Amino acid sequence: MQLDTRELEELSKTLYVRALKLLPRDIKAGFTALQARETDATGRAVLATMVENIAVAERTNNLLCQDTGIPIYNVTIGRNVAFDGVAMKDAIRRGCERATTEHPLRSSVVHPLTRRNEQTSCGVRIPIINVDFDDRDETVEVEMIPKGSGSENGSFLQMLIPADGVAAIKRFVVDRVIELGGRVCPPTIVGVGIGGTSDLCMHLAKIAATRPLGTTCVDAEGAKIEAALSEAVNELGIGPQGLGGRATAFRVHVEVAATHITMNPVAVNIQCHSARRASAVITPGGIAFV
Amino acid sequence: MEHVLEMPITEAQVRALKVGDHVTLERTLFGIRDATLIAMFDRSRTTRFDLAGHALLHTAPNVRKVEPSAEAPTGYAPLCIGTTTSQRMERFTRPLLERNGARIIIGKGGMGPASLQAFRDFGGAYLAVVGGAAALETTWIEAIEDVDLDDLHPESLWRFRIRHFGPLMVAMDSHGGSLYARIQEDAAARRAAVLAKLDAGD
Repeated sequence: MQLDTRELEELSKTLYVRALKLLPRDIKAGFTALQARETDATGRAVLATMVENIAVAERTNNLLCQDTGIPIYNVTIGRNVAFDGVAMKDAIRRGCERATTEHPLRSSVVHPLTRRNEQTSCGVRIPIINVDFDDRDETVEVEMIPKGSGSENGSFLQMLIPADGVAAIKRFVVDRVIELGGRVCPPTIVGVGIGGTSDLCMHLAKIAATRPLGTTCVDAEGAKIEAALSEAVNELGIGPQGLGGRATAFRVHVEVAATHITMNPVAVNIQCHSARRASAVITPGGIAFV
Repeated sequence: MEHVLEMPITEAQVRALKVGDHVTLERTLFGIRDATLIAMFDRSRTTRFDLAGHALLHTAPNVRKVEPSAEAPTGYAPLCIGTTTSQRMERFTRPLLERNGARIIIGKGGMGPASLQAFRDFGGAYLAVVGGAAALETTWIEAIEDVDLDDLHPESLWRFRIRHFGPLMVAMDSHGGSLYARIQEDAAARRAAVLAKLDAGD
């Protein structure tokens, strides 16, 4: 299969707008689960408002949240796909730009020093384009994530040492969740990266924060910590929007990587309750949204 | 207690608000955020808007450019207007109240001790919007009436015409009450037990 860059440009534009308007099914199901367990009156009222907002966005064909985020595109390329990598990245960037100017969307992206906004949602190294490969035949999957800043500002890295142990990793996560309170728009997905180098650890936390609800860490030890921390953070009383209640997080997600004998790094990256993502798969048969 | 406030309001009206009360705003609301506040207070930019007695929402909207009309005098129509995290604006609450006479800050996630002290000193309150519920919030906004400092777009200073904006919970008041501080204390008190259960006590 030859990857059609014109088709990819259109898709990159469509996915940005779709992500901003339609909350994924797993997140909607996550709300239902939280509502069933919330006992605090304020917490229940806040969750009900969030669920109402999802319906209003669909009914009025509007964005779920005003924050159009930092655009991230995750491209996974299967086997037997011919593509021009440079043209592929250009197409994604043009699609992102066109979503912003044609819909139109608020451009939330500025130069880090001059703070100049090009009004295109693009800038130096933005959109972020991550390219990976898998073994599906003649398949390209594109996932678009508009990463909101309220939760992205809740990011931390700590280069712990082996003597600190697993206990320090757990303490680090619980303490960051307490520190962040309502700032990161709870209920959240708390993404935790464990291991790797400093940059990989932070990236693992982002993968964890944007992983669909209902999935578990493939590493057995990581899955155990994930389950324990998921219970723990919802016993802190922070609740939806930090106004009190049980539903502080949908779930804690953990991703792990091997690390150095001298290292024990942990990273936290938060996804807010408007946990937006949109994906599509390109095959010789056409495009399917997933 | 439920309050309906026709903006702008007096000091006595804002001092009547207590944590846990619910407020619905009518008529006028201003939108402001990081770049606007940095321009006003760090770069001595001034606005032609009179903010005295008014409510300021921490926001930067999604707008569409349209032909200027009675409904859209600025040439901007609202598309999606929501609320951003307030904590970043902490050091600007005092000058907004002291110099500009603002009475209400509306945001998400709460603010800190400096804002709470300013609410006490000058008469102000913080109302919590449900963040991320922007599609719903947009239905409370009738029009963009005016815009200033628009070279900072989208972080301009916006004046919205609103209808039944809320109900919003009073989360910080002029009597030293802060729901956020109370919840932080509560979480800190629960921390030891939570960590012990994780075999991660210090």
